[in-house]
Amino acid sequence: MKLIIFPPIPSILVSLFIFLALRHFLELPERAPRLNWLLKYLWVLAVPLLVVLETVGSRWDTDVHWLLDAVYVGLMVLLAGVVLIRMRALRPARTLLVALAPFALQALAKLALYTLPITAGDTLSSLIDYGKPADVYWFFSIAWLVVGTLVAYKQQRILQQEQLERELEARIKFRNQELEQLVEERTASLNRQTEELRTTLQQLKATQSQLIQSEKMASLGELTAGIAHEIQNPLNFVTNFADVSAELLGELREEHQKGVVADTELEAELLTDLEQNLTKITHHGQRAASIVRGMLEHSRASSGERAPTNLNQLADEYLRLAYHGLRAKNKSFNATLTTFFDPDLKSVDVVPQDLGRVLLNLFTNAFYAVQKRKELGEPGYTPTVEVSTLHRASGAVEIRVRDNGTGIPAAVRQKIFQPFFTTKPAGEGTGLGLSLSYDIITKGHNGTLSLQTEEGQGTEFIIELPG
Amino acid sequence: MNILVVDDELDVRALFEQRFRREIRGGQLRFAFAHSGEEALDYLHQHASEVVLILSDINMPGMSGLELLGRIRQEYPAPPPPAPPQVMMLTAYADEDSRRQALELGASDFLTKPVDFVALKQKLLQLAANDDAPS
Repeated sequence: MKLIIFPPIPSILVSLFIFLALRHFLELPERAPRLNWLLKYLWVLAVPLLVVLETVGSRWDTDVHWLLDAVYVGLMVLLAGVVLIRMRALRPARTLLVALAPFALQALAKLALYTLPITAGDTLSSLIDYGKPADVYWFFSIAWLVVGTLVAYKQQRILQQEQLERELEARIKFRNQELEQLVEERTASLNRQTEELRTTLQQLKATQSQLIQSEKMASLGELTAGIAHEIQNPLNFVTNFADVSAELLGELREEHQKGVVADTELEAELLTDLEQNLTKITHHGQRAASIVRGMLEHSRASSGERAPTNLNQLADEYLRLAYHGLRAKNKSFNATLTTFFDPDLKSVDVVPQDLGRVLLNLFTNAFYAVQKRKELGEPGYTPTVEVSTLHRASGAVEIRVRDNGTGIPAAVRQKIFQPFFTTKPAGEGTGLGLSLSYDIITKGHNGTLSLQTEEGQGTEFIIELPG
Repeated sequence: MNILVVDDELDVRALFEQRFRREIRGGQLRFAFAHSGEEALDYLHQHASEVVLILSDINMPGMSGLELLGRIRQEYPAPPPPAPPQVMMLTAYADEDSRRQALELGASDFLTKPVDFVALKQKLLQLAANDDAPS
């Protein structure tokens, strides 16, 4: 028996260590948890074996030791083989299997030698157990095992490296996907926000045009009474002059029927009066028509088209409308209206509805201011609103609306052209009048709207339109 | 009887002159016209004792008809002599408030526009008759 017998303790410890190494090498905890669990508790078998060998075993005879040794090595080799076959999918496991093969063959042969019947055993033992060939084989199988193990180790390293790279790649890929998804989500949310903003903007625009329209209607409402009054007056004249003309005609006929004794002087006078009355009827009819036209134009959505407009007439019309509008609401209110219209002012290309709204706003504000000052009860105060036009040598046109009302405090002056800013009590002003006026003059007509004001003394708004 | 008509509408003159042409020709009524409260006061100052009746619009630029009425009552407070002119108010805004205010201020009548000239003529002729009677 030339096989080296390991003393039991190191032998068992070595085998335990080998299996520990094998478990980690093949990454059994992850790849085959159950097998790993079995191998982990291998010591449970080893410990009693060790105890038996150390106590009872010392009295046994050498042959028994030999047998036990062979059985033990054989079993271990078998176990290792089973584990490796089980893990054959792994390249290092296959390599190890190959590396173990010669050693396993010898171990199994030795096991067979001890367990098989004597005759067969003898033949076998003569082949493997004696002499130099066995030693050489043993040396070779160990060397093979070591080299194989090293190769397997290297393969394992490469495998791990590959695995690491794959994992890294996978992680990068995953991260990329995550990023892509994030970008997609962000893009979607940005798109959504943009869409929301667009909708909001559209809603705002719609609201704005509604507000502008309602502001227009509100100012028209304020004017209703003024307009009614302004129409009533010319209509009264039309009826009265028509009526009186009928009387005159009756008188004329009477006179005519007298024949020769007719008073020709009276006839001539009656005819002149009739002629004059017809002119007056036409005049007042046109006056009423022009007011109705103005009202319609004011309520109609602005065409935005410029048309040659007589600014003197426009200013006069709106001054009267604003005045009577306020009078209708406040019966005791009275103001002196002064007009200085430049006779040289030719018609100017403006959007009449828009400019009318500006004038109306300025007049309404002026009347409001003088009314407020009047309420203070200063003795000798005469509310006065003045409008003047001027055709400058440069070609520019200037319209000034001046009042001797309460004036505008400095703190308010900064804000008066801001939308929704109003000093009037709730419900009396939309706060859009001056802001719209400002837009109409500056953006719509490339002009300027400025003001001069002194608190307690009055305000003057100056519209300048390029010629 | 002298009547002062106060109205800012210029054509009121032509209208009154034609409406009352027979009475004017007959000398029963004589009309003078003023286009504002201020003008009316000036006229009154110049022709104080002549004017028996004032017909005034309420809504006029500057001095309103009610203000004019107040001034007249202030300047001519006492009953005769000379008799203070009667003031009739004419307005398109025939609201209760103005009417009450006018009557409080001493208006003798409150007429609404459009003027019913038939009724006005009757009133004026009646007044003219009364005016002429004592003298």
